[in-house]
Amino acid sequence: MNEPATAIEAAVAASPLHQLKDELDIVIPTIRNLDFLEMWRPFLQPYHLIIVQDGDPSKTIKVPNGFDYELYNRNDINRILGPKASCISFKDSACRCFGYMVSKKKYIFTIDDDCFVAKDPSSKAINALEQHIKNLLSPSTPFFFNTLYDPFAEGADFVRGYPFSLREGVSTAVSHGLWLNIPDYDAPTQLVKPLERNTRFVDAVLTIPKGTLFPMCGMNLAFDRQLIGPAMYFGLMGEGQPIGRYDDMWAGWCIKVICDHLGLGVKTGLPYIYHSKASNPFVNLRKEYKGIYWQEDIIPFFQQVALPKDCTTVQKCYIELAKQVKEKLGKIDPYFDKLADAMVTWIQAWDGLNPTSASFSNGKTG
Amino acid sequence: RTLRAGKLTERVLKLFIATGKDEVFSLIQALNIQVTVTPVLPTRALRPDLTSFMNEWRTIFSRFHLIIVKDPDLKEELKIPEGFNLDVYKKPDIDRVVGTSTSTIFSGYSCRYFGYLVSRKKYIISVDDDCYPAKDNKGILVDAVAQHITNLTTPATPFFFNTLYDPFTEGADFVRGYPFSLRSGVQCALSCGLWLNLADYDAPTQALKPEERNSRYVDAVLTVPARTLMPISGINIAFNREVIGPALLPSLRLGGEGKFRWETMEDIWSGMCVKVVCDHLGLGVKTGMPYVWRNDRGDAIASLRKEWEGVKLMEEVVPFFQSVRLSREATTTEDCVAEVANVVKEQLGTKDPMFARAAKAMLDWVKLWKSVGSSTSSPGA
Repeated sequence: MNEPATAIEAAVAASPLHQLKDELDIVIPTIRNLDFLEMWRPFLQPYHLIIVQDGDPSKTIKVPNGFDYELYNRNDINRILGPKASCISFKDSACRCFGYMVSKKKYIFTIDDDCFVAKDPSSKAINALEQHIKNLLSPSTPFFFNTLYDPFAEGADFVRGYPFSLREGVSTAVSHGLWLNIPDYDAPTQLVKPLERNTRFVDAVLTIPKGTLFPMCGMNLAFDRQLIGPAMYFGLMGEGQPIGRYDDMWAGWCIKVICDHLGLGVKTGLPYIYHSKASNPFVNLRKEYKGIYWQEDIIPFFQQVALPKDCTTVQKCYIELAKQVKEKLGKIDPYFDKLADAMVTWIQAWDGLNPTSASFSNGKTG
Repeated sequence: RTLRAGKLTERVLKLFIATGKDEVFSLIQALNIQVTVTPVLPTRALRPDLTSFMNEWRTIFSRFHLIIVKDPDLKEELKIPEGFNLDVYKKPDIDRVVGTSTSTIFSGYSCRYFGYLVSRKKYIISVDDDCYPAKDNKGILVDAVAQHITNLTTPATPFFFNTLYDPFTEGADFVRGYPFSLRSGVQCALSCGLWLNLADYDAPTQALKPEERNSRYVDAVLTVPARTLMPISGINIAFNREVIGPALLPSLRLGGEGKFRWETMEDIWSGMCVKVVCDHLGLGVKTGMPYVWRNDRGDAIASLRKEWEGVKLMEEVVPFFQSVRLSREATTTEDCVAEVANVVKEQLGTKDPMFARAAKAMLDWVKLWKSVGSSTSSPGA
């Protein structure tokens, strides 16, 4: 469990049944290379990839043979979005959300290029995508906490006292996976504990309760694009921006507020991936610095956000959120004004590329 | 989809309600639920004989002072092995302390509250007598007491969810994006443990899946977020008596309450009160480890009839507690409990006399706590 799985171990663990092959895209941002995909081949090869190439567009990123993919570099992003490309970050993995926008599929799985196949305590290679799919296809239970975690898991159920009227659950919009080895710590924590590794395999998936915010990490994430896609904007980060490493955080707070409003579920826990690369904590500190202070204001803002009843679609919720960001966070720093504008631009760009589904209403379990 | 997973939903439940005992069997067959077969431990735990229970727990319990409270309705003599530092309370003792008319509130599982009342220690750990120490994933015996104490003596983090669960545990920490101002956490008032083997399911669920046993050992402790409610089982819990003592209370008694956990809701009701009070006072509640091994006992199908009341009740109880808001003036646990009791009386008391009785029992309990329990109660942190 303290090492990643090998390609052979993954091959052994792969099942012949690849669910949602034609309904799911895998979005991978990269600035280096895609060598990591070799390890994932047995689990991911049947799926279509959307590669978002960050950084120098003249560089060629080689995709391992046998994968079906589309690749977008900065020139492509500029060409496709025109002036609206300003909302897509440059020199930051936040650019991955462009992949969400151009996808035509119902589900997205996104993973970083330094994430490998992990092993469970019995040393079996973990098919992360399979678990994400399980999470997304089974209901969430945000209104009352189940002490035995996911009641829809094999061998588990709702505990005594859980109201029957809440046992149908709601649709799951997001599945947030975790990481073994290098944990997703912020720069100050990394500096204090450079050698700490996450070796604890917690065999649980749980629904994050309604009204509770969480730090969403984009390294190992899946979501239902039709239910929540337009809210998965990863903000303005990287070059020309005062902040970095808060892209997924920002998206996580936005989607949680909107999911709570629309009655959708967010799960966290399994699957684990093996995170191999520890980024430079000093570089990280410079990127995160402002965020560490700003989050003290951002969090109370999101905790108090109230979306009006007539926001019945994700886009309407998101535009309303952008308005409130401008009103209430704009005074902290002009960055938030820019961000609020970019949030609106994002929705316009999304609707432009996804015209038939111009308004997604909240999904209720059928 | 829920049915294929073998989950009991409201629709299926209504079918059960409509059937009698014999028909339930054929209903289960007709639904053709997939059932996992696991080995079932034979149990011969006769309630009055605590010998095997205490011997199993000896290495873990023997360092501590034990309070054993005998259900006043139990007629047989208790058999308790030697070698423990303990106090035993039986009906005559209970009568002496609280009076014969009041002692009835301590019958059945509620006898444990008498122990909470008379203890003078800071922390209480409470385990049902059909539970043994469990083994973790590495086969090592779990010291449930030590884990509960760790939970209670490290901060809880109810205001923001940490995706790596308990940040104060070895090898873990707060993740990126967790606000620094929330990293000191708050005092943990309650630690809710879990159960391997016989999980704390309600009777309909266990009846539907008679062979299902919990074999998943989840290596985590987490704080239940503020304003999130959950069913707090009384089978394996621990709490800080100084801070939250009065909020664990015997009050809701089902008309058909019986001697199996499937036939009670007293702990679930008490747990709702505790969580509401903790949320109001800014105290934490943790859930997860430690696990205990819960032995097979009783017949879920036989208990089905008795538990309908409890099952139906939760439909009222949950929305009610989710809506309760305590006043600024309620700054002590006793005040909070009294306020909850009054709201119960006003809003639920009219719907069912059981709630009116529960509200009165809560107010009586506060008085009892002040006179008997109090030497150490203090305002919430």
